[in-house]
Amino acid sequence: MMRRAYFKFSWIAAALLAPQLLIIFVFFYWPSAQALYWAFTLEQPWGGGNTWVGFDNFRKVLSDPYYWGSVRVSVIYALATTVLAMTMALVLAVFVDRQLAGYKAYRVAIIWPYAVAAPAVGLAFQFVFNPGAGIFSYINTIAPGWWDLSKYPWQAVTAIVVAGAWKQVAYSFVFFLAALQSIPRSLTEAAAMDGARPLRRMVDLQLPLLTPTFFFLLVINITDSFTDSFGIVDTLTGGGPFRATDLMVYKIYTDGFRGFDYSGAAAQSIILMLLVMALTFVQFRYVERRVHYT
Amino acid sequence: MIERTPLLNIATHVILGFGLVIILVPIWLAFVAATQTLQAVNSAPVEFWPGDQLFVNLREAWAQSDFGPKFVNTLIVATGVVVGKITLACITAFALVFFNFRGRMLIFWMIFITLMLPLEVRIVPTYAVAANALTPFQTIMDWTGISWLIAMLSGVEVALEWNLLNSYTGLILPLVATATGTFLYRQFFLTIPDELVEAARMDGAGPLRFLWDVLIPLSKTNIAALATIMFVYAWNQYLWPLLVVTDRANYGMVVVQLSDLVPDQLTTGGGTPTWHLAMAATLVVMLPPIAIVILMQRWFVRGLINTDK
Repeated sequence: MMRRAYFKFSWIAAALLAPQLLIIFVFFYWPSAQALYWAFTLEQPWGGGNTWVGFDNFRKVLSDPYYWGSVRVSVIYALATTVLAMTMALVLAVFVDRQLAGYKAYRVAIIWPYAVAAPAVGLAFQFVFNPGAGIFSYINTIAPGWWDLSKYPWQAVTAIVVAGAWKQVAYSFVFFLAALQSIPRSLTEAAAMDGARPLRRMVDLQLPLLTPTFFFLLVINITDSFTDSFGIVDTLTGGGPFRATDLMVYKIYTDGFRGFDYSGAAAQSIILMLLVMALTFVQFRYVERRVHYT
Repeated sequence: MIERTPLLNIATHVILGFGLVIILVPIWLAFVAATQTLQAVNSAPVEFWPGDQLFVNLREAWAQSDFGPKFVNTLIVATGVVVGKITLACITAFALVFFNFRGRMLIFWMIFITLMLPLEVRIVPTYAVAANALTPFQTIMDWTGISWLIAMLSGVEVALEWNLLNSYTGLILPLVATATGTFLYRQFFLTIPDELVEAARMDGAGPLRFLWDVLIPLSKTNIAALATIMFVYAWNQYLWPLLVVTDRANYGMVVVQLSDLVPDQLTTGGGTPTWHLAMAATLVVMLPPIAIVILMQRWFVRGLINTDK
């Protein structure tokens, strides 16, 4: 970490640091402080002063059944997408890592969904799941009206989970594959000499060595699902039906910009910030541990 | 391969093939829809094979969404974000690693902690800042009494204003700060041997010369890796441009345009939803970042893994 040779500190160093510090001050620290301030005051939508109300905004938010609905569906979304995406990524990575002929093609084919924008994913799945046009229209010709995600909450939730998981597979896959490929070959060969067949080596050797990556991805995926879901929800369900897919991020946006309830949106932002912070801390702890591990 | 395992090899291909089908099917269906006519796309037995209308649909979707200027805008913003992020990451990490001064770790942590403040959770107040990017300074001057002092001494009322809405600056600047990029660079700079610094100093090179002539040529792979993931990130921005740009005709970005294409009953006025055009437009919007990822695959993967995010 420490170097012996440095340049002498001068205005040059200050000038090099200034742009980044200015930007994070204006666009990160200030808005976050502002959110904190708004959360404890009643802000008028178009300026005109605000009054200190203490924890009133939080009390209001926390006693709002719609807010708890939003928390519940966010947690369901986070856990379901994470489990689906990671399981699939893990299985694919383990088998791609066998490096049979064509494994490079498999790798590219699994990685590219990472590059697809969340709203594009939402829109594509909106078509796939559409009761009138996509594959589900086929089901509806057999059982008319059975599938309609603009009517049935559970179908809408399933749709955003599938779309979200689809989008997340690539990211976890890259990490799992990298971790698998960093397992020393000598270890695999030693296990083979001891008579462990490939499947046994997967279960007893590769999978245990993946645990740190597994925990890292678990936290990353859960964090991302709280912040990254906006585009999918906005184009796939628009938060409906009956607010069934009104995820926390989406609710902050709608309350703040459609409902002009800045104080309520700020209080929700603070709660979500604390949540993301907690998750990030866990991630730091893990990253630190992994540094010792490798 | 250590041993011959023909059965397991077949199983491997079957499992991978199954995975690929799951990954490809939604996009395949979108593609097929984009190749069909309005009637075909809305008729019940869904088509699994492409029709012949792809180019007709692409052309119409392109014209309808006015994609020409929007592609230019998106390209400008993405390039701005990529160049800005790489420059900022590089110079910040350089100052943090090669200069010794007090508060180094403090600044490091101040940047690091922004990872915990994603745009989505601070979206409402960040939008307020974008409406006038000088608000923080104005407020500080008001609180500390500097504005009062200036008003007293010169009679000039201090009212700083810099509106970033509907501007490239507003689209780019808030996305340019980069904790992950700074880390990637910091980690790389920490591997540079002290001898290089000493040699540069002995040759009489100042820090800027060292940065330009030694470090930047050495960090080409980092630049490629970072540029690839940042391009994808910038191209796919949605929530921020959705808010900052109200003047879609001049500053609209392609990904935001997708939200207008959701063909629900409200937008079509009860008419037949134009799924073929929506899917054609979706393909057009998805393509550039996918092409970059496939082309730059090696760098892209390296960038992802090195930054741990």
